[in-house]
Amino acid sequence: MELLLNIVIYLPLFGALLLLFIRQDDWARWISLMVTTVTFLFSLQLLFQFDLSSTTAQYLTVGEPFLGDWDVKYMVGLDGLSMMLFMLTTFMAPIVVLSSWRAVTTHVAGFYSMLLILQTGSLGVFAALDLFMFYIFFELTQIPMFFLIGIWGGENRIYATLKFFIYTLVGWLIMLVALLYVGYAAGNVMNDGVFTTDWRLLTDRQFQLGLVEQTWLFLAFGFAFCIKIPIFPFHSWLPLAHTEAPTAGSVVLAAIALKMGTYAVLRFLIPLFPNAALAFAPLFAVLAVIGIVYGALVAMVQKDVKKLVAYSSISHLGFVVLGMFAFNTMAAQGALIQMVNHGLSTGALFIIVGMIYERRHTRLISDFGGIARMMPVLTVMFMIATLASIGLPGLNGFVGEFLILVGSFNSDVLGTQWYAVIAAIGVILAAGYMLWMFQRVMFGPITHEENKKLVDINTREIALLVPIMLLIVWIGIRPVHFTQYSEVGVENMLEDTRARAAIIAQNATHETLPNWAVRLYEVPLKVALNIEEQNKED
Amino acid sequence: MDAYVHLVAWIVVIPLIGFLFNGVAGLFFESWRSRKFLIGAIATGSVFIPFLIAVYLFSLLQGESQSATITLFTWIEAGAFSADVAYRLDQLSLLMVLVVTGVGALIHFYSMGYMADDEGYWKFFSFMNLFIFAMLNLVLADNMLLLFLGWEGVGLCSYLLIGFWYTDMSKSDAAKKAFLYNRVGDFAFLVALFMIFQTIGSLRFDDILNGTQFFSSEQVFLIGILILIGATGKSAQIPLFVWLPDAMAGPTPVSALIHAATMVTSGVYLISRLSPFYMISTELMLCVAIVGGFTAFIAATIALAKYDIKAVLAYSTVSQLGFMFLALGSGAYVAAIFHLVTHAFFKACLFLGSGSVIHAMHHVEHKLHDAGKKIHFDPQDMRFMGGLKAYLPDTYKTFLLATIAIAGIPPLAGFFSKDEILVMTFNAGMGEYGAIYIGLWVMALISSFMTAFYMFRLTLGIFHGKFRLPEKIREATGSERFLHESPLTMTAVLWVLGVLAVIGGFIGIPNFVVASFTGTADVNLLSNWLDHVTLDADLLLGKEVEWMLLFGSVVVALAGVFTAFHLYGESELETPDARLAKRFGAIYQVWIDKYNLDEIYEGVIVRPVVRFSDHVLAVFDNKFIDGFVNTIASVVRFMGSVTRYFQTGLVQSYAFGIVLGVIVILSMLLFR
Repeated sequence: MELLLNIVIYLPLFGALLLLFIRQDDWARWISLMVTTVTFLFSLQLLFQFDLSSTTAQYLTVGEPFLGDWDVKYMVGLDGLSMMLFMLTTFMAPIVVLSSWRAVTTHVAGFYSMLLILQTGSLGVFAALDLFMFYIFFELTQIPMFFLIGIWGGENRIYATLKFFIYTLVGWLIMLVALLYVGYAAGNVMNDGVFTTDWRLLTDRQFQLGLVEQTWLFLAFGFAFCIKIPIFPFHSWLPLAHTEAPTAGSVVLAAIALKMGTYAVLRFLIPLFPNAALAFAPLFAVLAVIGIVYGALVAMVQKDVKKLVAYSSISHLGFVVLGMFAFNTMAAQGALIQMVNHGLSTGALFIIVGMIYERRHTRLISDFGGIARMMPVLTVMFMIATLASIGLPGLNGFVGEFLILVGSFNSDVLGTQWYAVIAAIGVILAAGYMLWMFQRVMFGPITHEENKKLVDINTREIALLVPIMLLIVWIGIRPVHFTQYSEVGVENMLEDTRARAAIIAQNATHETLPNWAVRLYEVPLKVALNIEEQNKED
Repeated sequence: MDAYVHLVAWIVVIPLIGFLFNGVAGLFFESWRSRKFLIGAIATGSVFIPFLIAVYLFSLLQGESQSATITLFTWIEAGAFSADVAYRLDQLSLLMVLVVTGVGALIHFYSMGYMADDEGYWKFFSFMNLFIFAMLNLVLADNMLLLFLGWEGVGLCSYLLIGFWYTDMSKSDAAKKAFLYNRVGDFAFLVALFMIFQTIGSLRFDDILNGTQFFSSEQVFLIGILILIGATGKSAQIPLFVWLPDAMAGPTPVSALIHAATMVTSGVYLISRLSPFYMISTELMLCVAIVGGFTAFIAATIALAKYDIKAVLAYSTVSQLGFMFLALGSGAYVAAIFHLVTHAFFKACLFLGSGSVIHAMHHVEHKLHDAGKKIHFDPQDMRFMGGLKAYLPDTYKTFLLATIAIAGIPPLAGFFSKDEILVMTFNAGMGEYGAIYIGLWVMALISSFMTAFYMFRLTLGIFHGKFRLPEKIREATGSERFLHESPLTMTAVLWVLGVLAVIGGFIGIPNFVVASFTGTADVNLLSNWLDHVTLDADLLLGKEVEWMLLFGSVVVALAGVFTAFHLYGESELETPDARLAKRFGAIYQVWIDKYNLDEIYEGVIVRPVVRFSDHVLAVFDNKFIDGFVNTIASVVRFMGSVTRYFQTGLVQSYAFGIVLGVIVILSMLLFR
């Protein structure tokens, strides 16, 4: 099975290499579709074999150190935190390939090879269990995305892709410095002085970072992830990149790439710096809640459908961040399933907008109106995706939002219910901007002559949307089928984080801390200690 | 009971199958769309079969004091949270199922005729079945979360069906408005769910009602208020009722089913379901009563001044729902449910009757067009009607029966239920905050006077006198020959509902009426039926007071009818209305303007928020947030543009620099 995991990760890369020798556009399309479909089918096997009760990484491959004297190893595996996102990536890939079938006509082979490289990078990001490998895989996703937007994008594509690339890079370079510090620190304590980024060593209870160190490292890592997610106010690259990217680029960006930031928070930021994560939880909650309301309000007044969906992403990701920093299983599980949900519903929305764009070559809301009459099947799909996005119970979005809200309402770390209450206002606003957009695009009389010639979506387009729609309904009705994969992993991660926070906090009481650190860690320290005591009593 | 509870699952699932079948077949196979009879029959059957099952369960549930639960599967589970898809069968939920599927099946049947010419026939019936499915989830849910699924689900169907004729922008506006106002209520509802879960760790009704001692009195009040706000959205009460009159943009059967008989009563059902919880706090009960009393009054005043026949019925619905909330707030849950049931009968009858009228008026318009006359008139405006009783005899008779029923004239259905509400409000006046309850009772009396008045104004305006269209529009002379009664499929339904509006009240005859003749009596079927489910306030009044109140409400209702005949009996509408306008002056204008609530919400909340987002936030996002990033980038670029002069790539300038540096260092060494 370890081999299968590696096959799944590298099969797309192999496909990309194959595309180098392909001259015919149609061949390139079919090969990409085959490769991504086979990858998905293989990955299903990983899903079926997954041991739900295990807390450790499964299908673990550990290679030899390859970076000089450093203990940096090739190390991939899947656990509860990563399984669903890994599957989301393999699931979306054939859909993305199909969605660009007719939309991309220039450098087709190049386009698809970029998509395939991007897939290997994304799968690597979710499977990597060495911090350094994570970093490398992450950079592997940035480069094809840079070209996807820069070559196949809209009018303003160069500006958009440079902004996206450089903005993200700045954050991640700062993180790289912090990463090196962590590597040396861990090496000193755990690995006989040899630099290490081995995941198992970094989260060992023996490895304790002091509170002052944690603060700086947390901020450096957090800055990088904030930009990638993006969290308000680091989001300004996102609407631009989404608008200029080709449909496939927008879909991958929304469905997969944005999840890397939130996943990294859950995987690295919180477990690596447990005390700082607890101390900064209210800050992140504040930013998340601002993002929810702010993203929704700005989305409401957008004139471009794609921009509207992009701003709605900022709002939705605010929910995810709020859930992660509530530090309980309900909210974290909600956050994880909400990542998947957002990938599906926003992915579907971008695909649908792309379908309309292919026909009309405009994305301005005012250029539409009344097209429901011309495109009944598309209307139904659009409606389902819209309703999923505004969190209608029975569809997937509700499950995530509800768990996040009920979890953060009950969070001992956040300490107040107001985050959840204000975030819930986002539920009203979401209905407002989505239904208003839907109405202006789909309903009313047809006011533009061009729209009278619109033809409904064809079999290929139906075929690529139906699987997403089915999953939207499936997750909405039987979310347990999906959340079961992460239940143990999330619970274990949170418990372990709290336990380590308590140990470090206890040790820190003997240190002399600067005043700001004392103030910053006072409350979270109490929380952490309290929890430890409760655990002992239980 | 447990042996039969699995039938409940079928009650819920069958409408879902109907929805999926008609929806999928209609969407993908165009040939299916023209099989109208089959589509309608499948849809109607999908509601009628659950009704039959419910009737069967009804016969089994006699004398049963325990509720039964069927758990289908775990819905959402994460950490400490868990909620099942589980249905609860007891007297209250079964009664609601009977109303929903019974009235629902009738309205489906009626729609087969009413919608016959519509190209979206398949879509209409699949949405209607989806609505029944959601509504059944709402009333059968065993926990608050599943109830919320039904709660938002019916909201969705309401949205889809109000905006059914989506090419008309004003109709899709009305649909959006309905959804958004409901969402405001749903927000409060959600927060209430969080609070309940935080306190008892569960959202099951059993756990909530058996665990009331775990809630502090502040929590009870706050949760109760939040749920009440949720209910004001769904059940169109102050301050969120403004969406319901607009919702009449949907096809008339939708107005009858969703916006009169079933969905809008969800709030009444929910609070009755939680009656032991609400009864804890007298302040909470008072809030419910005030909301209900004021809504009943205000909506009635607006109904006085409307010409659109569906608008009159819409405000009448809001007003009658207000009566139900008044009952809830007075601790009269049985009375509230009683009025819910009778109202479902007579209001569905009225709406379907108005549908029959609109159908006829549309036909007139079509025929005039066919005759080459390009005239347009609003087929819902009663100023163009009058004298229709000669042409639509069945519609007239049933409409009149339902009007008498809603006006509260004995012994029709509305009389018993409304009288019980008035009695119980007066009864609440004997307890805490008595003076306020007495005030609400007076308001309710005035409201029921107005109800009788505006309903007879409506009936007289539509059916009596002579046909006014030819007077109003000269070209339409002789157009009365195009008027015709609706087909039997529609009038048959009207008759069923009309008869129910007559006899429906006998399920809740007050015990004291019979007891006055026989000594003791136990004839109130409904009260006995709901005995184990709702927790009603005790009746403190003596028999004599009850008789007096009963006579009082009859007198008030008759006075309303009499006044209406006095003013509108002469087959005129506008002259008496002008007299009223003169009499009441500015207040009348307020009624016409619907208290300007729409304008206030639009002007104070919606437009400022949109404008703020557009002119402040979007600009801020562009200029400040993105501008800040760009500024950093340009600072870096500027620094680069300065330092680039040091990297010219010319050996001469580097050599010059070296020489310069050497001179500087040497001179520093020499002259220090």
